[in-house]
Amino acid sequence: MGGARRPPFRISWNWVGIVPFLAFAGAFLVLPTVVLGLRALESPDGSTTLENFRNLATPVVMDSFRLSVKISLITAIVGGIFGFLLAWSVLLGGLPRPVRSLLTTFSGVASNFAGVPLASAFINTAGRIGLITVLLKAAGFDIYKAGFDLYSFIGISVVYLYFQFPLMVLVITPSIEGLKREWREASENLGASAFQYWRHVGLPVLMPSILGAMILLFGNSFGAHATAFALTGGNLRLATILIGQQISGDVLQNPGLGYAVAMGMVGVMAISITIYSVLQRRSERWLA
Amino acid sequence: MTYLTLEGVRKAFGDSVAVEDFSLAVEPGEFVSFLGPSGCGKTTTLRMVAGFEQPTAGRITLAGEDITNSRPAKRDVGMVFQSYALFPNMNVADNIGFGLKVKDTPKTEISGRVGELLELIGLPEKAKAYPYELSGGQQQRVALARALAIRPKVLLLDEPLSALDAKIRDELRNEIRRIQRQLQITTIYVTHDQEEALALSDRVVVMSRGVIEQVGSPFDIYNYPATHFVASFVGRLNRIPAVVVDAAGGVVETGGRQFRTNTAISQSVGTTVEVLLRPEELELDGTEENQLAGTVENVSFLGSIVRVVVDVGGTALTVDIFNERLLHLPQIGQPTSVGFPPHACWIPA
Amino acid sequence: MSIGATPGGPIAGYGTVEGLGIGKPGKEPPAGPPRSRLGRLWPWSIVIIGSLYFVAPLVGTVRMSLRHSKGAGAAWTLILGNENMWPAFLQSIVNGLATIVVSLVVIVPTAYWVTLKLPKLRPIIEFITLLPFVIPGVVLVFALIRLYSAPPLLLTRTYESTRLVMICAYAALSFPYMYRAVDNGLRAINVRSLTEAAQSLGAGWPTILIRVIFPNLRVALISGALLTFAIVLGELTIALYMAQKTLAPFMADIVRNKPFEAAALTLIMFALTWLSLGMISFVTNRAGRKR
Repeated sequence: MGGARRPPFRISWNWVGIVPFLAFAGAFLVLPTVVLGLRALESPDGSTTLENFRNLATPVVMDSFRLSVKISLITAIVGGIFGFLLAWSVLLGGLPRPVRSLLTTFSGVASNFAGVPLASAFINTAGRIGLITVLLKAAGFDIYKAGFDLYSFIGISVVYLYFQFPLMVLVITPSIEGLKREWREASENLGASAFQYWRHVGLPVLMPSILGAMILLFGNSFGAHATAFALTGGNLRLATILIGQQISGDVLQNPGLGYAVAMGMVGVMAISITIYSVLQRRSERWLA
Repeated sequence: MTYLTLEGVRKAFGDSVAVEDFSLAVEPGEFVSFLGPSGCGKTTTLRMVAGFEQPTAGRITLAGEDITNSRPAKRDVGMVFQSYALFPNMNVADNIGFGLKVKDTPKTEISGRVGELLELIGLPEKAKAYPYELSGGQQQRVALARALAIRPKVLLLDEPLSALDAKIRDELRNEIRRIQRQLQITTIYVTHDQEEALALSDRVVVMSRGVIEQVGSPFDIYNYPATHFVASFVGRLNRIPAVVVDAAGGVVETGGRQFRTNTAISQSVGTTVEVLLRPEELELDGTEENQLAGTVENVSFLGSIVRVVVDVGGTALTVDIFNERLLHLPQIGQPTSVGFPPHACWIPA
Repeated sequence: MSIGATPGGPIAGYGTVEGLGIGKPGKEPPAGPPRSRLGRLWPWSIVIIGSLYFVAPLVGTVRMSLRHSKGAGAAWTLILGNENMWPAFLQSIVNGLATIVVSLVVIVPTAYWVTLKLPKLRPIIEFITLLPFVIPGVVLVFALIRLYSAPPLLLTRTYESTRLVMICAYAALSFPYMYRAVDNGLRAINVRSLTEAAQSLGAGWPTILIRVIFPNLRVALISGALLTFAIVLGELTIALYMAQKTLAPFMADIVRNKPFEAAALTLIMFALTWLSLGMISFVTNRAGRKR
């Protein structure tokens, strides 16, 4: 190459490299969603309208969203707290090394073990003739008489925790590992007890990560479907179940509304993921 | 009356011994450095004083009290870490006041003390800043203030300057010494930088492979090294292989030339020994008693020092001469003679 | 029948990559402060309670799989002999492999390209790879069907063409964790220096990719591939709505009326997932130790 003159279109050639990626994401993620959104803005006669979104306020839709949010909040909070305790125990609790790798691998397995197999496993355990139900009955305690029902919102929450706990463990592990040993030592050196360390340093520093992880758990639960359906059929109408029913048959008697419900779900997820990203960036500042 | 004593302290990790038979008595207000290469055990020893490692054997006492098995929180020592370890979620003032807060000190007292320390380290305007807003040097100063806030009996510093730029290091080094003198606080300073150790300390403990090689003032360590290791680790060293000609008279011969060392030599006639010399005690073409002829091999202008390497009969000798404006720099290839007085020689036993 | 998003999906995969540190250089995990006997009470209690919760469903399933009226091994023989199970299983496996290939082909060059040539675009690309978080499986399949079931974009006319669309959707859903794994790997090997060194020695782009980059990314790639495989194997929602005869819809079919066989199949699925994830840990640890 003689002379140092740059060809004027140098920069745009670099963009070619990511065209395949953009095309792929466009065709299979962006475009379908955008089209869905556009159809949500259509009224039956073809004109543009916000009517469908206004109709989200109907009881059917509201109830399903309320239920989904309830379950997601509960599993996010319980899953977050106990998942954090589990991760703490294994990473900083002075347990033998094999326990740690066992838990990490198991968390990977359990967080991906969802859908029909998980539903089946819990039916076999806490269903009416499940192992635990039967054992407790023999010990004199009938959980179903006491109000528990695997096929209710409590049951679903218990089942969801099976993948929420491990997800929390996985997501919070890098952050706990990011706690510098010197912070703990400095704190001890200055006279603080373990409790004081966690109260003034450990937990505050981890809080963005913990909250972010819980939001992720919320989103994970909110968008989940297969497990719930495999467990209860259409009986427990979560938002995702509602959408599922809408796909196979227009249960809402209003296609536009169906699309609006789907977009409403995307909206909730988008908000969750945005909050998660913001918190993630905050925590990386201290813990990366 | 010693303030901090370590007696026969030993630390083993399984089969490998990190620190072996470490004994030291530190006076109140003394500034002692632990100097040595990586892995020599200096940090491990410091951490045992702080309480983060338990000695496998031996005793540590502070102000008369046996602290060997005390928890770190109860020891009344203040530690400054290499990575500063400032709490990222707290501002400077809260970081400094942390040790007082966990003891339930009243808020007014805390803010008074924090103000005092901010003045001491010269950062009163940074009270509300967060660690990530500060430079490395500033963070280290805050770390120092934080350790001093609890009025510890001993101040421990673990290579506090190694993460900083050279210029900041120099400034901060003097700061630390100034503050230490002002407060008269007993201090242990771990470093691998010999210049730091020599410049700051009242006494230097030179360590290698878990063992103390020598304890002494910087001057003594440098000029009267007790072991071969100390001689070569601290400062630059020239080694001349020579054969003993007259043991009682201290005369040796190398490359056909004889020269005299200061004292009688313990090795017998005919043995090959190493004569050790400091570069600054050699001169070029001078009038000293011992002269070795050679050729200039290399000249490095280092600013205040001109470092000349002379090839003397196969051995390369480094000669350091002070710079002056009217100096004629030696030329490479130029024949010259390296001169030194007898007392500059040292032959290890 | 059962249709819906599989929780074990993009978010779980992403969490797995982060939690297992896939692609990142192995480092010594911090130990906590030395603990007394009593100080270890809490950690052990928590771990034991957690373990009980996790093991119980598996025990329950094992018990169920042995309770077939025709004998303890009956459920197993029946499910392994089921004429519909194996074709479905095979389809799932092929789909998994195809998804891995598509995903690798799209993600690896892109990640490499962005890191090297378009670092400013990185946030945008990362944003796009997180889209599967925002679009739950149920919504995605809804959108895909509506978009591609009618002219002018009729892609779902035949079973196989629909299958292709599904595989592409799976690949798109794998972007979050695939990209994350590869990105971790690229950062760990200081890809810019490696490329410049290779270029100065005269290597062209294909050579660089094949001989320099891929070998160093092996751990990240294998882990990402295993994760994708596990997820695709168990995916239900999209498969069912697209009327695909894969393993998960088959399972959903038998869960109600053939609970014992379903239990046996559940255990097989669990073992397979454990195998895949275990291999990831093995590969990651081996590489970590080598450093």
